Amino acid sequence: MQKLVLGVVFIPLLGAAINGLFCWKTRRKAHWIAVPAIAIPAVLAFMILLRVMKGERFDHVLYWWIALGGLKIPVGFLVDELSAMMMSMVTFIATWIHIYSIGYMDHEDDISYARYFTYLNLFVFFMLILVAANNYLLMFVGWEGVGLCSYLLIGYWYEKISAANAGMKAFITNRIGDFGFTIALFLIYKHLGSLIFHDVFALAHELSVPLATLITLLLFMGATGKSAQIPLYVWLPDAMEGPTPVSSLIHAATMVTAGVYMIARSHALFNVAPFTMEVVAVVGAATAMFAASMALVNNDLKRVLAFSTVSQLGYMFVGVGVGAYAAGIFHLFTHAFFKGLMFLCAGSVMHALHGELDMQKMGGLINKMKITGITFIIGALAIAGVPPLAGFWSKDSILHHAFVSGHKVVWFIGTVTAGMTAFYMFRLIFLTFFGEPRDKHLYEHAHENPPVMTIPLIVLAVGSVLAGLLALAPNGGFEGFINRIMRTAHEMVTHGAEHAGGHESGLALIIISVAVAVMGIFLAYSMYIKRVPDPVTMAQRFRPIYLVLYNRYWVDELYFALFINPTVGISRHVLWKIVDVLIIDGIVNGVAGLCSLIGSVVRRIQTGYIPDYAWLVIIGVVIVCGLKILL
Amino acid sequence: MIANFPILTVLIFFPLVGVLIISFIDRKNVNVIRWTAFVISVIEFLISVPLYFEFRLGTPQFQFVEKHPWIKAWGAYYYVGIDGISLFLVLLTTFLTVLSILASWSIEKRVKEYMISFLFLETTMVGVFVALDILLFYLFWELLLIPMFLLIGVWGGPRRVYAAIKFFLYTMAGSVLMLGAIIYLYWNHYNVTGFLSFDLFELLKTPVPSTVVPWLFLAFAVAFAIKVPMWPFHTWLPDAHVEAPTAGSVILAGVLLKMGTYGFMRFCMPFFPSAVQKFALLFLALSVIGIIYGALVALVQEDIKKLVAYSSVSHLGTCMLGLFALNLQSVSGSLLQMINHGISTGALFLLVGVIYDRRHTRLIKEYGGIAKVMPMYATFFMIAMFSSCGLPGLNGFVGEFLTLIGTFQNYPIFAVLGTTAVVFSAAYLLWMYKRVFFQPLTNPANMKLKDLNFREFVILLLITVPMFWIGLYPKPFLERMQPSVEAFIKLSKGEATVSMIYKKDTASSKVALDLSEDTKIED
Repeated sequence: MQKLVLGVVFIPLLGAAINGLFCWKTRRKAHWIAVPAIAIPAVLAFMILLRVMKGERFDHVLYWWIALGGLKIPVGFLVDELSAMMMSMVTFIATWIHIYSIGYMDHEDDISYARYFTYLNLFVFFMLILVAANNYLLMFVGWEGVGLCSYLLIGYWYEKISAANAGMKAFITNRIGDFGFTIALFLIYKHLGSLIFHDVFALAHELSVPLATLITLLLFMGATGKSAQIPLYVWLPDAMEGPTPVSSLIHAATMVTAGVYMIARSHALFNVAPFTMEVVAVVGAATAMFAASMALVNNDLKRVLAFSTVSQLGYMFVGVGVGAYAAGIFHLFTHAFFKGLMFLCAGSVMHALHGELDMQKMGGLINKMKITGITFIIGALAIAGVPPLAGFWSKDSILHHAFVSGHKVVWFIGTVTAGMTAFYMFRLIFLTFFGEPRDKHLYEHAHENPPVMTIPLIVLAVGSVLAGLLALAPNGGFEGFINRIMRTAHEMVTHGAEHAGGHESGLALIIISVAVAVMGIFLAYSMYIKRVPDPVTMAQRFRPIYLVLYNRYWVDELYFALFINPTVGISRHVLWKIVDVLIIDGIVNGVAGLCSLIGSVVRRIQTGYIPDYAWLVIIGVVIVCGLKILL
Repeated sequence: MIANFPILTVLIFFPLVGVLIISFIDRKNVNVIRWTAFVISVIEFLISVPLYFEFRLGTPQFQFVEKHPWIKAWGAYYYVGIDGISLFLVLLTTFLTVLSILASWSIEKRVKEYMISFLFLETTMVGVFVALDILLFYLFWELLLIPMFLLIGVWGGPRRVYAAIKFFLYTMAGSVLMLGAIIYLYWNHYNVTGFLSFDLFELLKTPVPSTVVPWLFLAFAVAFAIKVPMWPFHTWLPDAHVEAPTAGSVILAGVLLKMGTYGFMRFCMPFFPSAVQKFALLFLALSVIGIIYGALVALVQEDIKKLVAYSSVSHLGTCMLGLFALNLQSVSGSLLQMINHGISTGALFLLVGVIYDRRHTRLIKEYGGIAKVMPMYATFFMIAMFSSCGLPGLNGFVGEFLTLIGTFQNYPIFAVLGTTAVVFSAAYLLWMYKRVFFQPLTNPANMKLKDLNFREFVILLLITVPMFWIGLYPKPFLERMQPSVEAFIKLSKGEATVSMIYKKDTASSKVALDLSEDTKIED
């Protein structure tokens, strides 16, 4: 088992190291190293998963990283149902995205091509560290490491000013979340004396409720950064500046779900803090709807998908927030397939249209790009929650748990958002693939991509269809598998379910959400194919709302006005120019000036004439003697 | 064999051999002078390496101790030794000197005098860290100002004279206070015990009237705080850094600032535990102000070197925070952070020097997009940048994390405020990096920039190694520090007296004394 785990985690690092150090040698052949460096771990991870299914677990320390007094932090790995599933999912999706990248990145020059695969391998390595770590600090290494790779890959085309800005924004925004995460670690260590999962969770029940609430809120703050929730979601839409396979792998399937994983992993802590759970659920629901509303009007193919990702992450947080950790993880799992797929499809469209992203210039592409079109539709159906595709099962499970645990408002928001999701996704499909081509020139040059790109699409499309069926597997299906490590939470939820009346409501809920999804699709069809009501007139009639949504509620501008500009302004004009240069250095130079002033005055006495000195001596003698007599 | 070898003495004086050799070389043989200096510094580094391997673990005692009478009438001894606190500072000094000399190849003006100053500087730096006789310490401390003053004042930038004088006077002002305090301790010791001594341990043992303690503490503290520099004594730093030549900045940031923190650890805090308690909150507050203020001012700098200089104020704030939190993790983290800062900020200064050599400007707005023409350089810069802003896996993280988690145990509010550095440091470094390396390459002057040459590549590769080492496997560092750090904490908290901790020290120093007498006969 240990060999397997080490193989899974470190082979990607090896790949990154080879391509990184010898990029002038590997060049065009970089993928011959990079792809196996992910594919082999994918196979190994699957072997681990099979063993875990048989009941095997693994928690092993490789070496002690930091050991100082009571603080002992190992580099060690934990393999249980949750991490085994994550490892398999990450390596599986990553393998196909690596293969897809061979086709997608073929325009890059040689060194950049190797650089791309280096970063991508390195990302997978850190992601595996994140999910396989057996303590919080090592998890944090992965957590920051994926952030680093995200920064590097968003800014991959660093000469583009928007890409450079987006990379920086992502990293710094994440750091704000990390601030909370770090403080949470300090608190955990202070009160539980360890950062190793095993110890922390065993002792978690000893925490007082307010303390547990504080810790979990701070952890959640970290999650809002990494998983792009309100208020730190702003970096993710901009992150679309990176190459599209990167958006697919990092900003849809894997890294951004790290926050959900972290909360599920920390379920023992969150269970002690019911208030935090409410916060997580509410923030999740709010983000889901908020992001979906922005996706309704955006014309940028990838931005729509980005908002959709933010929105779907919101669902996952609803899941973990209402105590249905397994449902949240299940949605994480299915989402990785269909959202990864849709980004790759979007990349395929972009590749065919020479980087064009504006949906208003597309249309009718289904005739030119059959495979991309069909797989994209499969993805959209999956996310819309049409049975029996993947999204249906996991989204419904979350909404079901929200409803039965008494979060009626959250359930309602989730259901409405499901309708919005179906609408904007099919708006995207109809604008892109159906109707008349709106830019003839682009349309003429469009073509289906080579198999190296379409095969991954097909694989992930199959996954998007079938992944949800795992819910029907024996022993409680996917969620039952995950719940093997989360007994308490599971019991809590099922307990709540019995309370609410159980399974009769289940069917009704399913019917409602499917109906909402179908309505969303139908509305998109009628607006963007039949043009009743016409979207352009709609936008004019509801212009204020349209503007608010189109400009994304001016949140970026708000953050600039509230935080960034004042910080920079105060730093420059007050702290630096006034406090530092004028006051502190002024005093320093003032003291120096005073000394030389005194010197220049006293210097006048040194005339060089002996009679003057004699007079001074006499005056001195008189003063001293006078004082002596007087006192 | 190693036990008889006066390794510290050799370390102190070997660079002077280099000075002697170079002074006999004709000044026209610039390359011979460079190579001589380089070889000397490499040998010096190689001599210092056994310190690491031969260092005995698990004891706070001073090791490699040598004690010879120096000025008998005053009770002054040539007394040197190292413990877990000074070990890595000595190694850092010898390591950075090698790199600095290698980085000074581009110096064309008065190479002979430059190299002489540099080697002399190394002697005094090592001396400061190993001296256990407070007069000897003060001697090295003051001597050090001379070569540094020259390095800034002769080989510096346009405002070099102003910067050099400011640096010199500022430090002197602090030193005068310290000298006063030293003299007081000296006479106090004489009054109490009846014999004269500058021996650190003798002085530590002697009780000081409690009314005087706060004043003595403050006298030392101001001297060291200027050197660190703690806010608000920091304004000499940006000037000195900006004007100093590259290697001067490296040494200034890497070693000289650590003399301040070292002073706190070796003298100021163990001497006056009651004052430490009294002033802890003040110093913690100043540290936190330094962390945030330094970072914010760094954010808006237009000159890359000045940005790095202000980032030093922020980083050293973290070190001081950890010291005054007086907790095993925080102090070890702080000590590690001193080393880390020497490496990563040293690396940043070396990197700035590389580009300054090519373009003779350090203004951020002159650059943009140079990752395109200097990919290797950009890579090294990025590693150093992430090391500086504490990315896990690199050295900065370990030090910062330990410091803050330790501080949090005792002073949660200060730790939380200190942790804001994780956001700010990322902000100022990444923003600068973006404006220098990313974005379109528009300035025609940058189109033809050459990437690193072999010499620069070697320097940067060497300094990158410890970043990964400390980041991934800090154990060898932490285990060597731990006993000394524990001793330091006990002393500074007043929980133990000197004789309790350094019990065997007199015995071992006697052995050393005997041994040294043997060596003397050989002389």
